[in-house]
Amino acid sequence: MYRKRKLIILSLYLLALLLPLYWLLNMSFKTNQEILSGLTFFPSDFTLANYKTILTDSAWYSGYINSFIYVAMNTVISLTVALPAAYAFSRYRFLGDKHLFFWLLTNRMAPPAVFLLPFVQLYSSVNLFDTHIAVALAHCLFNVPLSVWILEGFMSGVPKEIDETAYVDGYRFPRFFVTVFIPMIKTGIGVTAFFCFMFSWVELLLARTLTTVNAKPIAAIMTRTVSASGIDWGVLAAAGVLTIIPGAIVIWFVRKHIARGFALGRV
Amino acid sequence: MDKIKNNKAWFLVLPVVLLVAFSAIIPLMTVVNYSVQDIFGPDNKIFVGTEWFVFVLQDERLHSALARQFIFSFSVLAIEVPLGIIIAMCMPKKGVWVSVCLVLLALPLLVPFNVVGTIWQIFGRADIGLGGWALNALGVDYNYAQNAGDAWLTVLVMDVWHWTSLIVLLCYAGLLSIPEVYYQAARIDGASAWAVFRYIQLPKLSSVLVIGVLLRFMDSFMIYAEPFVLTGGGPGNATTFLSQYLTTMAVGQFDLGPAAAFSLIYFLIILLFSWLFYTAITHFSGSQ
Repeated sequence: MYRKRKLIILSLYLLALLLPLYWLLNMSFKTNQEILSGLTFFPSDFTLANYKTILTDSAWYSGYINSFIYVAMNTVISLTVALPAAYAFSRYRFLGDKHLFFWLLTNRMAPPAVFLLPFVQLYSSVNLFDTHIAVALAHCLFNVPLSVWILEGFMSGVPKEIDETAYVDGYRFPRFFVTVFIPMIKTGIGVTAFFCFMFSWVELLLARTLTTVNAKPIAAIMTRTVSASGIDWGVLAAAGVLTIIPGAIVIWFVRKHIARGFALGRV
Repeated sequence: MDKIKNNKAWFLVLPVVLLVAFSAIIPLMTVVNYSVQDIFGPDNKIFVGTEWFVFVLQDERLHSALARQFIFSFSVLAIEVPLGIIIAMCMPKKGVWVSVCLVLLALPLLVPFNVVGTIWQIFGRADIGLGGWALNALGVDYNYAQNAGDAWLTVLVMDVWHWTSLIVLLCYAGLLSIPEVYYQAARIDGASAWAVFRYIQLPKLSSVLVIGVLLRFMDSFMIYAEPFVLTGGGPGNATTFLSQYLTTMAVGQFDLGPAAAFSLIYFLIILLFSWLFYTAITHFSGSQ
């Protein structure tokens, strides 16, 4: 009885979660004519034309490529700088460590809207405006603190005796770190990479403002389906579906660790 | 764990410090610089001191945007936290369904912010969206584009749809870390379901809830893309939250001075509240 009630609540919630997504998917397979002529729960005139529009028009698919490029750059940069820093925070006490850690976190709390204009000026002045690296660096603002935070949680779970034994065995720090320590926390690194991917992928405000043509992300291109003849609902829905797919794929790989990542490695 | 005192560790954090300094301190200093000057052109600016801060603090529209933001953020917390705990307690603990549930739950979190707006924009329309159509069919006069209350509720429901999973996942991880013997002991003592929740589950959840509440408060306070796409801040100003207000001021009207002063106040509010939540919750869980 009690278990049955739990099952019902959970099912209802998941249903509510999936309903808007189902509607988007449903719409992406319809023609605009069918969309506007009334509600149908399954596409009566099943079409892939909307997807074809996106995948054959370079103005559309270049958006996906741009997004992938800066997301990948951001993930690599964030992980590279965050790994040694997280090790330092999890293993050593040093002058100003607590203040530094809190200062890093305040950057995660900073509203991107605050940094909008200065970023445009900053990246223009170093000739990086409208490049992938500019967006990647801008997203480091929130991804680096988050990476340090998550990795520190995972690293603190590794017993310190392992470090000490390795140093006694004659390892020096760089070799120990790369060949012994990093393989031990590869789950943590995977989860961190996932989070960098996620937050960089879903962010729009900075990515849109820092780019005009060459590095424009898909999320910004989507706003252009509004034309004189109204909104092209079918293509808009198809583009939306295509932005969800990469996320759905990466979730599958980290599904067992995702909760631990959200708890910043601290559960 | 005892940590070794070693100031050489600074070399390890140096890359992070340099990178974040580049992408945070320089822009923040620029904002501070703007906030104390009246800028007419590249070579034409006057130092105005705290004038913009006074101006911004007395601005009526800003007061109402701030009030809307607080009501919104607290509504978000009031709905998402209890709902998240309930759903997490309903999750299966083992079996094949665990993976399926986890993936389905995480799905909304991976949708780009503006696509979330698009999904609900479509879903809520009375002519082509299932949600809006169903509500109207049930006799509710629902139109998020014209009715301020409807628009506000739609943004709230959208946020609940988007982010409750975060709380669920956190609480689920917290619940899994409770050893089975605790429940057995409770059963022997004949504890009620409420007592089990209050004295076994809630204390374990408090550490993850700190993170959950902090993240949800910070992020709902910075919400931008979702209402922007859904309603464009309207009808009227019903769903214009702080980020959008700021963006209009800085990029739309190019009022650099007030925008910068406002940015700093905005940032400080977030810092203050995050700190308050953090101390309140750690204090609460420490007194258990």
